[in-house]
Amino acid sequence: MSDAASSFVAPPRPRFEAGTANPYLPMPATVIEVIRETHNIKTFRLVLQDEKAMREFHFEPGQVGQLSMFGVGEATFVINSPPTRKEYLQFSVMKAGEATAALHTLAPGDVVGLRAPLGNFFPYERMKGKDILFIGGGIGMAPLRTLFLFMLDNRNDYGKISLLYGARSPQDMAYSYELPEWTDRKDIDCVLTIDREAEGWGYRVGLIPDVLLGMAPAPDNSVAVTCGPPIMIKFTLQALEKLKFSSNQIFTTLERRMKCGVGICGRCNIGGKYVCVDGPVFSLAELKELPDEL
Amino acid sequence: MSEQKIVSRKFISLGYLPAWLEELALGRTVYVPRQEGRTVLYRPFVPGDLPEFSRRPAESAKHVLFPRSEGLFSFCRKGDPGAPDTRGLLLSESAEPGQAVIFGALSCDARGFFAFDPVYDGCGTKGIAKDVYYLKRRENTALIVKACKTPLSTCFCHWTGGGPASAQGADALATDLDGGILLQAVTKKGAALLESAKLSPATDDQEASARAAHEAAVKAMPSSPSLDGAPEALLGLFDNKAFWHAQSAGCLSCGACTYLCPTCYCFNLTDESNGIAGTRLRTWDTCMSALFTMEASGHNPRRDKAARLKNRVGHKFSYYPRIHDGRFSCCGCGRCIRSCPSSVDIRQIVLNALKENADV
Repeated sequence: MSDAASSFVAPPRPRFEAGTANPYLPMPATVIEVIRETHNIKTFRLVLQDEKAMREFHFEPGQVGQLSMFGVGEATFVINSPPTRKEYLQFSVMKAGEATAALHTLAPGDVVGLRAPLGNFFPYERMKGKDILFIGGGIGMAPLRTLFLFMLDNRNDYGKISLLYGARSPQDMAYSYELPEWTDRKDIDCVLTIDREAEGWGYRVGLIPDVLLGMAPAPDNSVAVTCGPPIMIKFTLQALEKLKFSSNQIFTTLERRMKCGVGICGRCNIGGKYVCVDGPVFSLAELKELPDEL
Repeated sequence: MSEQKIVSRKFISLGYLPAWLEELALGRTVYVPRQEGRTVLYRPFVPGDLPEFSRRPAESAKHVLFPRSEGLFSFCRKGDPGAPDTRGLLLSESAEPGQAVIFGALSCDARGFFAFDPVYDGCGTKGIAKDVYYLKRRENTALIVKACKTPLSTCFCHWTGGGPASAQGADALATDLDGGILLQAVTKKGAALLESAKLSPATDDQEASARAAHEAAVKAMPSSPSLDGAPEALLGLFDNKAFWHAQSAGCLSCGACTYLCPTCYCFNLTDESNGIAGTRLRTWDTCMSALFTMEASGHNPRRDKAARLKNRVGHKFSYYPRIHDGRFSCCGCGRCIRSCPSSVDIRQIVLNALKENADV
């Protein structure tokens, strides 16, 4: 365990201002751009209709929002554009159920509702001066993208920045249009991988945990931030521990079915912790304290 | 009744009760226990129809402050669909609830709201948000509980910090005396209700008789076991699958326990729409349902009924008390025990957990 690890106790708590405002009332937002990322992921760029609210909208990397498709319902997504780039708020949505299928029908000019920011965020202040290792799998790249871009926009605050991003196939890789810029940059180390060989693929092939072990990043003065499907997370955490990362140096962000998003409706709890307000960002040390109900 | 300070006291003879209720009903909805079909339920008072106190209400008064289904706001699209720049949305919050009084609720029912309060007031889970809908109704509703005289075998309010004459969560306590009812207000809101010409001043003797009645009701209940170690015991058994499978063996996942529970506050949010307009609804939900935590991907963190019953018992006797100063989110009304089609007994589960933990 590195000596830096002791400074990581728990991610910070939300800065949501408790008040008399109605926490269930969404803010109307206009879709300004839709990007088809993969066969089942679309990215939506939104601006709040209230210009003042848009100007004053404050959030932190890792915080989430509830997107409303009026008439269908709400679902929770991370804001995956960084707070340093506020011309729009970006959400990436994988089509899975009713709400996400409805969101996939959106076109520029359409109106949705947004309740945000919700939840806690990545402890980026306490990551300053450290080497940062991002490990993203599939749609799990979305929450990492926020912190990754935020750190690139504050590049001097952080040490070495590495990204290991994997997907099943090249066609399943979201943000493909941004990847050349990331791989070309000299001040970051970007490794891309797919599960199986594919024609024309010029990067790594192999499962994320295996590639990670091959990269063998040093744990000293480092922080690992990971997100992805449960099975990938499980083996990635094992690989990180094998590489001698301590549980205080590893952060992930959880997903749960949520309704209210403000700690009341009682469905996203893991024992006494509510993913919507105590999370979604947890250190591995915190996760180990929680009952086993992932 | 010892835990709260009495701010005012009055006596009402039984003959004046209907007139007083009619007076309270001016500009307010007064909810009282009423016979409806074969059951007793909390329903709006109708002049000429007296409250039914001989049997206890099948359900709690939870729905008065937390309706089974309520519209949070309505939405309507506006603008020209063909012109993106004009498209917008009209959101209107639902109207403010009116004034209400609940008269003759059970002590345990009032303590149900006592469990709601810190959660919906946002001071519970980290002070995040205030539930304006619940809080407004809470503010606009006065609650007069009636001291319980004959506890049932399924009653265990005294295990959970309450008692048959507790006024916790209420504004006034009513106690049956010879020929009338003693009314003791414990809040300003309660005292305001007692400002009526239909009521007469109460005497020390009447208060002493009421106290004797409260003590007799407590004595009629078997002594309470200590649940001091319950939060830790339940958490300690979290991963003990065999224990939870045994406890939940009879559970049918019907959810009757959660719908009848005065402290179960979980809800669902859904939209109901017709064309360009609709409403976002909040509806009671039940953690006994497999769909409660089912995610769109098909993944379900609480896959079986054992995990779901564990969450219900764990929340009431472990997770909630650990967040809210050791208070249980159970009021001991016993409805979940009386109404369970397969006799699942939450008291026994907590005792089993304490025993199992002690045996380890």
